[in-house]
Amino acid sequence: MMMIRQAAKKALGLTSRQSTPCSVGIFRSYHENVIDHYDNPRNVGSFDKNDPTVGTGLVGAPACGDVMKLQIKVDEKTGQIVDARFKTFGCGSAIASSSVATEWVKGKAMEEVLTIKNTEIAKHLSLPPVKLHCSMLAEDAIKAAVKDYKEKRVKTNGA
Amino acid sequence: MASKAIFSTLRRSLTKPHGGAVSRRHHLSTTSAATASEPYPGDEHAIVMKGVRISGRPLYLDMQSTTPLDPRVFDAMNASSIYDYGNPHSRTHLYGWEAENAVEVARIQVAKLIGASPKEIVFLSGATEANNTVVKGVMHFYKDKKRHVITTQTEHKCVLDSCRHLQQEGFEVTYLPVKTDGLVDLEMLREAIRLDTGLVSVMAVNNEIGVVQPMEEIGRICKEHKIPFHTDAAQAIGKIPVDVEKWNVSFMSMSGHKIYGPKGVGAMYVRRRPRVRLEPLMNGGGQERGLRSGTLATQQVVGFGVACELAMKEMEYDEKWIKRLQERLLNGVREKLDGVVVNGSLESRYAGNLNLSFAYVEGESLLMGLKEVAVSSGSACTSASLEPSYVLRALGVDEDMAHTSIRFGIGRFTTEEEIDKAVELTVKQVEKLREMSPLYEMVKEGIDIKNIQWSQH
Repeated sequence: MMMIRQAAKKALGLTSRQSTPCSVGIFRSYHENVIDHYDNPRNVGSFDKNDPTVGTGLVGAPACGDVMKLQIKVDEKTGQIVDARFKTFGCGSAIASSSVATEWVKGKAMEEVLTIKNTEIAKHLSLPPVKLHCSMLAEDAIKAAVKDYKEKRVKTNGA
Repeated sequence: MASKAIFSTLRRSLTKPHGGAVSRRHHLSTTSAATASEPYPGDEHAIVMKGVRISGRPLYLDMQSTTPLDPRVFDAMNASSIYDYGNPHSRTHLYGWEAENAVEVARIQVAKLIGASPKEIVFLSGATEANNTVVKGVMHFYKDKKRHVITTQTEHKCVLDSCRHLQQEGFEVTYLPVKTDGLVDLEMLREAIRLDTGLVSVMAVNNEIGVVQPMEEIGRICKEHKIPFHTDAAQAIGKIPVDVEKWNVSFMSMSGHKIYGPKGVGAMYVRRRPRVRLEPLMNGGGQERGLRSGTLATQQVVGFGVACELAMKEMEYDEKWIKRLQERLLNGVREKLDGVVVNGSLESRYAGNLNLSFAYVEGESLLMGLKEVAVSSGSACTSASLEPSYVLRALGVDEDMAHTSIRFGIGRFTTEEEIDKAVELTVKQVEKLREMSPLYEMVKEGIDIKNIQWSQH
């Protein structure tokens, strides 16, 4: 008896299921993480470029609509990244991707942050396919910052 | 026993109220957000949609995409929907005659607005259909002798797409470039004209940047060379004075929902003297002089007619009001921010369309922050591809500036409070994003951005 009722309900599509909040969006549904990073961006700002403990990565191009500047402050003795700052010219997803990048690099060793993949950032923010390049740019920015720091060290040590 | 269970479930499902989607249609006021202060948690008027939380209905400043229905138009349509339900093409009974009468009254109202005769107006579903009909219809009719079309790079997508379709059929199309202020260069137009040019199509008021083309001069050139002149006047009628004789147009496309009328209706002006022919897009019973078969949606047409009549009466007043609000908006923003550029000519412009670029700030991120203001942007991220708006690129705007534009649309029902609030929100967001922008930082340090070698990927 109950089973028949259940079957009837299912047939009519009335079984309770986890309903997603109102997002009937075909596209352009910002994930709440993206909006959170946009409204409350973490680590916005700059370090002194000439500080030898700072590595600066500047990637992107205004023509593409995305420019990211990511700076890392490295502890010289341990090689750990102690602080990070970012500034971004780009859409909400780009801002969120770089904000996430600064959060994730803090407290990690330089070799470790080089393994951060854009797919992880994209997954964390639920980026739609059209926005994947924002996360790629964030990954590039991390790599560029690390590269810049290493080059600086070579210069100060070598010179 | 089993069937009883199934039927009772069915009955319960049909009588249970639908508890799903949010529907806040009762909130018709667009000024509610203007008076709302900072959103606080637990705000019962807050709307959450698509992951965004807004504290009330946004201010509507997107008049170029569509306009709200004027209540007087709604009254006329309402009455017409209920009473004029006959088919206007039924010749044999009172219901048809009454409906036909209503349509003819609307026809006269539309014709008066543009200085034409009612016999030259054809109703259809909108400016897109009118543009398609004219561009394809004229060229198909004269396809033996005329193989060339001239249009501009800043036309509406439907005109450009129709021209592309013609190109695939073997016609040739010249897309005229525009000057940096958005206006057509008349010399280039003259040079582009050939012996086999069958149509010149230039829109009167651009939907993205709001510039008004030199219609009389273009009309004169077309008359000299005896080429039919088509104009997409969807954004122009009811807003700037339109006269088909002065402009010497042979075809004009008009849209209902841009002048506080209903959506789904528009009109096409087809000149009778000198006669220009075109092949219809919709074949059938030969309604609308054979140019557009199909039963007319009487109440839509009635609404369009009333909207045109109101626009004619209130054009002068609207113009003064909108101009005042535009100055308030522009000055309000310019007082607090530098690096604000107006896209398109400021002199030859329809005041209700203000397209601004904010340097060093990207358009989509600005829109995301302006969720309490309904505006539109010409930035790449808001279109499906990564290309910035083709209209801005045609203006020769630098690529980085093309990503930063916002279009504010002001209309008959916009209030001063809405403008002030929009200024406040825009300034706040732009300042916040400039704080976050590496380009702004570089400019403040004195670095010239144009000289940097960017690493693209």
